[in-house]
Amino acid sequence: MTRRKAKIEEAVFKALMIGSTAAVLGSLALILGTVVWRGLPALNLDMVTQTPKGGYYLGKEGGILNAIVGSLYLAGGATALSLLASLPIALYLQVYAARSRWADVARLALDVLWGVPSIVYGAFGFIIMLWLGIRASLLAGIITLAILELPIMVRAMDEAIAMVPSALKEASYALGATRLETAVRVILRQTAPGLLTGVLLAFGRGIGDAASVLFTAGYTDRLPDSLLGPAASLPLAVFFQLGTPFPAVQDRAYASALVLTAIILALSLISRALAGRFARHVIR
Amino acid sequence: MQAIRTWLSPLIRARRSAPRQAGRRRRERWARRFMGALTLGTVLLVPLLAAALVVRAWPILAARPLSELLFSTDWHPLKGQFGFYPFIMGTLWVTAVAMIIAVPPSLLTAIFLAEYAPERLRAVAKPLIDLLAGIPSVVYGVWGMLTVVPAIERYIAPAVQGSLGAVPLFRSDNPTGYGVLAGGVVLAVMVFPSIIAVAEEVVRAVPDGLRDASLALGATRWQTVRNVVMRRAWPGVAAAVILGLSRALGETMAVLMVVGNMPRVPGSIFDAAYPLTALIANNYGEMMSIPLYDAALLAAALILLLIVVGFNIASRLVLIRLTPAK
Amino acid sequence: MYKPHIRIEDLKAWYGNGQALKGITADVPEHQITAIIGPSGCGKTTLLRCLNRLLEEAQATRVSGHVWLDGTDIYGPGVDVTEVRTRVGMLAPKPFPLPMSIYDNVAYGRRIHGLQRTLDKGNGRNLDRIVQHYLQAAGLWEEVKDRLHDPASGLSTGQQQRLCLARALAVEPEVLLCDEPTSALDPISAQGIEEQLLALKEGTTIVLVTHLLRQARRLADHIIFLWMGELVETGPAEQIFHSAQDERTRAYVAGNIG
Repeated sequence: MTRRKAKIEEAVFKALMIGSTAAVLGSLALILGTVVWRGLPALNLDMVTQTPKGGYYLGKEGGILNAIVGSLYLAGGATALSLLASLPIALYLQVYAARSRWADVARLALDVLWGVPSIVYGAFGFIIMLWLGIRASLLAGIITLAILELPIMVRAMDEAIAMVPSALKEASYALGATRLETAVRVILRQTAPGLLTGVLLAFGRGIGDAASVLFTAGYTDRLPDSLLGPAASLPLAVFFQLGTPFPAVQDRAYASALVLTAIILALSLISRALAGRFARHVIR
Repeated sequence: MQAIRTWLSPLIRARRSAPRQAGRRRRERWARRFMGALTLGTVLLVPLLAAALVVRAWPILAARPLSELLFSTDWHPLKGQFGFYPFIMGTLWVTAVAMIIAVPPSLLTAIFLAEYAPERLRAVAKPLIDLLAGIPSVVYGVWGMLTVVPAIERYIAPAVQGSLGAVPLFRSDNPTGYGVLAGGVVLAVMVFPSIIAVAEEVVRAVPDGLRDASLALGATRWQTVRNVVMRRAWPGVAAAVILGLSRALGETMAVLMVVGNMPRVPGSIFDAAYPLTALIANNYGEMMSIPLYDAALLAAALILLLIVVGFNIASRLVLIRLTPAK
Repeated sequence: MYKPHIRIEDLKAWYGNGQALKGITADVPEHQITAIIGPSGCGKTTLLRCLNRLLEEAQATRVSGHVWLDGTDIYGPGVDVTEVRTRVGMLAPKPFPLPMSIYDNVAYGRRIHGLQRTLDKGNGRNLDRIVQHYLQAAGLWEEVKDRLHDPASGLSTGQQQRLCLARALAVEPEVLLCDEPTSALDPISAQGIEEQLLALKEGTTIVLVTHLLRQARRLADHIIFLWMGELVETGPAEQIFHSAQDERTRAYVAGNIG
């Protein structure tokens, strides 16, 4: 009798679990479907090749090239800046500070930074702007996004490097290599796919984040032309166009959201494809 | 062969000489210092964030008693009244609804992926869940406006009003779908991936020996999960939920787009709300033109930071103890 | 009599609170093969890894005592570990090729030590010659000469182990430490490695950790016999195998224990 009850209970929960998994994956499908369904009709060549012309926000001609280019500059600059710090930090955590208390503290700090809401980074970036005495600009946006991306990139790289077998590091040490030489010549090659995934992950977070650039990057209808001038961004393009009362402009917001989503999807696919290609020398 | 070796050796010994070794040692030393300094700088970023916000928020923290800031419902920046209570409650309402919706399916999914799903399904599902985590919050917002809000307005609110309308929590006098429930649904989907990823890892970290011991006694898989695996994994699962919670607390754009943004304390899941994050994002434009307004908004950011960092540290400390070092 | 290349003096090692070596004192004669033997868990590998200071790379380890390499204590103050490891090479039980091409694996040590510059003077092909030379010395040249720039990860396990041997030799170590170098190999590859080691001992001092008594009999000129972290007996192979002083040594070499 109890055996039968146990079997029934198992079946019920298994059904619930399968249902939940389907719901989670279904919500992804629903989101992508909605964005494609509403965004595709409004998407055309002008949208991605033109900057907004006069009256664009009333439904007249133009596109969101300013936001696409602005986002690429913002996220590209931030990712490059963040990489400069992230790679040394991740190597330090694994090669120099490996398994020490100090590394644990650093990892905890990075995890906490990962959890800090992006609006708080936006506020922090705003404070930095006041300090430096610069206006909302490409530079301020890049600095803010770089701080936001830093913990994401470091932790992704840190985990990739942690997978390096210790025997491989020892093989290099046993040949008389210093830690630096081992890090640069062996570990970087071995973990290239993982490091690249970390970089693309951070880039994706950077390009999709709105709350932090809201304060710091400003918005402009022109292409960004100077580090100290404002720069548009895709998430904000979506947000601002939705805020207008004209259905034609709102449709463009959906198209902009589709462009942003397509970029995110492409990044995810690229990182998968590249991970395989860069794995040529990886020792398993 | 031996001849070449003996012929080469003196050259090599000579070349392994002091200056080159000293150069390598110097590079090594400087690399360690440089990388260590960068790491230290990053660790100090946490207190630096808090300190910068405290400094900029100080004017209002000094001018108004904390109890007034936290518990007053009067929000009239032009009159110099800054009561955060409606916004704090807005954040709590939306987050609570989101967690109620998100936790059960997230945990069931995590258990399914860790314990039941065949390897091939896991290999497909995990990247998709990662993708869900990577979708930008404005896209979630767009989705919320296009599907969640109309669904609540047209179907859910009327249906609930018809059946449970007498209960204050479900009373609906908001004709639009924008409100706590819409924000909660969107946020719930946003926190799925963070809860699932961590919870799944924690469940998988339970040693197989424990599972085998239970299965060998004739327990079903589910009994094993419920009585053995979850007993071992629950602190980590709780930590996963808290991580999801802190993510929900800090989410800005998606929520802002669907909660209605009315600065009053919500009384029903259909009421509009105005979370702290939305408050900061919506008003950054005027913050420098009204006295104390910038300090007030940065104080709001500080409150948010302290709550989120507190939750984060607590759950990370639990997770560090539970997941094996790699 | 022999000339000692390495003198181990009162060497103690700990993993956490557990003591793995309890004061070892022994000699490693120059240009001979010294086998460290003993039952599993007796500290063979630990002792070996003390000789190039690799033990300290592992977590929570501590070493005290002296290891004199040609009269310098490698645990002395101011000693550069990378210098020690350049002079004392190592071959691990499982091959771990570095994540680069076959050629670069062999050239790796020379490049980091800047050795190729001397030999490259006026002739960029010298490094090629050196790589070829050591691949030949390890008996791998014929199999890989047409694909030197392929990833090393594509080689078979036996080939990888010979590549690791070539890589270690290319740094021109005075001493080569071999930690059960044939344990992951098939019998034919294993025999190949043994032959290389015998050929190498003319110019190189070799320290071999092995749990195979017969391998020790085939290769060793000198024996260090450990038992639960203690040195039981050390001396020429002849003496240990045929007229050991200690009861435990006699029992072990007879195959009665361990």
